[in-house]
Amino acid sequence: MNGQGILKGMLVTAKNFFGSYVSRERLTTVSYPEGGNTIKEQSRNIPFLVFDGEDPVAGMRCTACQKCEKACPPQCIFIEKDKDERGKALQRPKVFDIDASVCMGCQICVEVCPFESIWMDSNFELSTFNRFEGLQFNREKLLKSNTYFHKIHPQQAQASDDRLAEKERKRLEREAARRAEKSASEPQV
Amino acid sequence: MNTSTGYAPRNYKIVKHKDKTLLEVAMGPHHPSTHGVFRMDVKLDGETIIDLIPYFGYLHRNHEKLAEDMTYFSTMPYTDRLDYLCSMTNNWAYALTVEKLANISVPERAEYIRVIIGELTRLVNHMLLVGFYINDLGAIGTPLLYALREREKILDLFEWASGARMMCNYLRFGGIREDVSDEWLASCNKLVDAFPYFLDEYDQLLTGNEIVISRSQGVGVLSKELAINAGITGPMLRASGVNYDLRKTDSYSIYDRFNFRVPLGQFGDCYDRFMLRLLEMRESITILKQALRDIPKGEIQSKVPPVLKPKPGEAYGRIESPKGELGFYLVSDGSVNPYRYRVRPPSLINLTLLRDLCIGHKLADTIIIFGSIDIVLGEVDR
Ligand code: SF4
Ligand code: SF4
Repeated sequence: MNGQGILKGMLVTAKNFFGSYVSRERLTTVSYPEGGNTIKEQSRNIPFLVFDGEDPVAGMRCTACQKCEKACPPQCIFIEKDKDERGKALQRPKVFDIDASVCMGCQICVEVCPFESIWMDSNFELSTFNRFEGLQFNREKLLKSNTYFHKIHPQQAQASDDRLAEKERKRLEREAARRAEKSASEPQV
Repeated sequence: MNTSTGYAPRNYKIVKHKDKTLLEVAMGPHHPSTHGVFRMDVKLDGETIIDLIPYFGYLHRNHEKLAEDMTYFSTMPYTDRLDYLCSMTNNWAYALTVEKLANISVPERAEYIRVIIGELTRLVNHMLLVGFYINDLGAIGTPLLYALREREKILDLFEWASGARMMCNYLRFGGIREDVSDEWLASCNKLVDAFPYFLDEYDQLLTGNEIVISRSQGVGVLSKELAINAGITGPMLRASGVNYDLRKTDSYSIYDRFNFRVPLGQFGDCYDRFMLRLLEMRESITILKQALRDIPKGEIQSKVPPVLKPKPGEAYGRIESPKGELGFYLVSDGSVNPYRYRVRPPSLINLTLLRDLCIGHKLADTIIIFGSIDIVLGEVDR
């Protein structure tokens, strides 16, 4: 019969419409921004730098090795090494800029970083009125504490902490071994 | 001879063709039904299309040349942006080609995960196609939003696995980036089990609908011969009745282990193309079920040198992406960058027949013919 298909279609629509009042499954939208946070733990948006402890600059994990700068496909990271008063290069960046308008959130910088220093943030509310300086993220803006990292990516942060602890343990072991060797090889008098 | 009248707006032209007066209209580039920035110049006699010239290239971003200046690995996130609805299959095609070029093997579990996300991507793509097709027919909103609602659940799975909903950048040469957890597999299972019910509901909503049938049956008929001669691939070719599916003919990756059927159309019209997608989704579900049942534990990444320098040579890898045969052609000269990088985009090649399909139909039919071809301008223009 003509029109049957349309009637059937209407029935489905009605089922979905009234269903949204009774079943959670059919109600799929949340109101923003009051609706709560629906982003997943793994969600990634733009990188940030992790620091340990309280002081952002002292606790910075980044050693300015510039691996991420080289690997970033659209080349949106800019790093300058820090120097002490005598001009000796320090193992930390003086300038660490990420151009948020260029970054495409690919996570390649995270993968290449050997020091667990750069990770992906899941904050997406980055809109600004100033598209030049506002989207140029500098070192101060990028540095975020390990606590924050634990808050947004608990699993990744835990794994990262474990890896760092393992590294530290190995380093201490090596040092102890070296010291033991040294004391063993010292002439006994 | 062109004669402009003072009454017609700028992008409308009155032209004389033989003894008729024709109206020339520029549809697009910013037109809601062109699914991107795409322009068609149509010559109309009343409402009937006499001629149609497609113009594209508005989204050109030099993808191939850029890739020749980057390392093999750095191109991976850019392939996401070819067909931005199916980033996973784009990654897959590219990874497959590089693996062929550099002789990299892929562990079992990674292959299974690739198949799972590949088929999920097919669901995403067909979901969108079906929704937008109905949208183009004039049922604005509701059916499309139902399709988007289901797609959203799959995108949530993608986000869970890879961190991003659309620009996943998930595959790596010789494996995948991160393993999926057991909970992920469980929720994937749940989604796969629930999906047929949604398809049933969608069928009930649309396939028997008189308007859908009368608008799309017999519209934009593509004959078998023309489809083969024009190099059409994917669902569009199968809707014309040609049994050609790379998952069967090439059985790349591990597709030879799964038991599934290839749906075929009979008439090659818009309705066949639409129905074929719905049927393909059901086949994808059977593949997904088998893959989720058989997935083994184990490694997800084989040993790959950190700086990839394949031996001089060439490789062409292709997969059955949701839109057709997606191929990558790479020539290596032994350095870290490819010497030549070329994409064979299914969207572009399927689009070449637009003129032939549209001539003789009404203007309103152009939109649905165009919608049934299933293109993404990111892939057409590259
Ligand atoms: S996420 Fe990608 S684009 Fe953004 S800074 Fe890291 S490597 Fe560069
Ligand atoms: S973020 Fe990591 S890779 Fe980048 S410079 Fe710092 S330590 Fe090196």
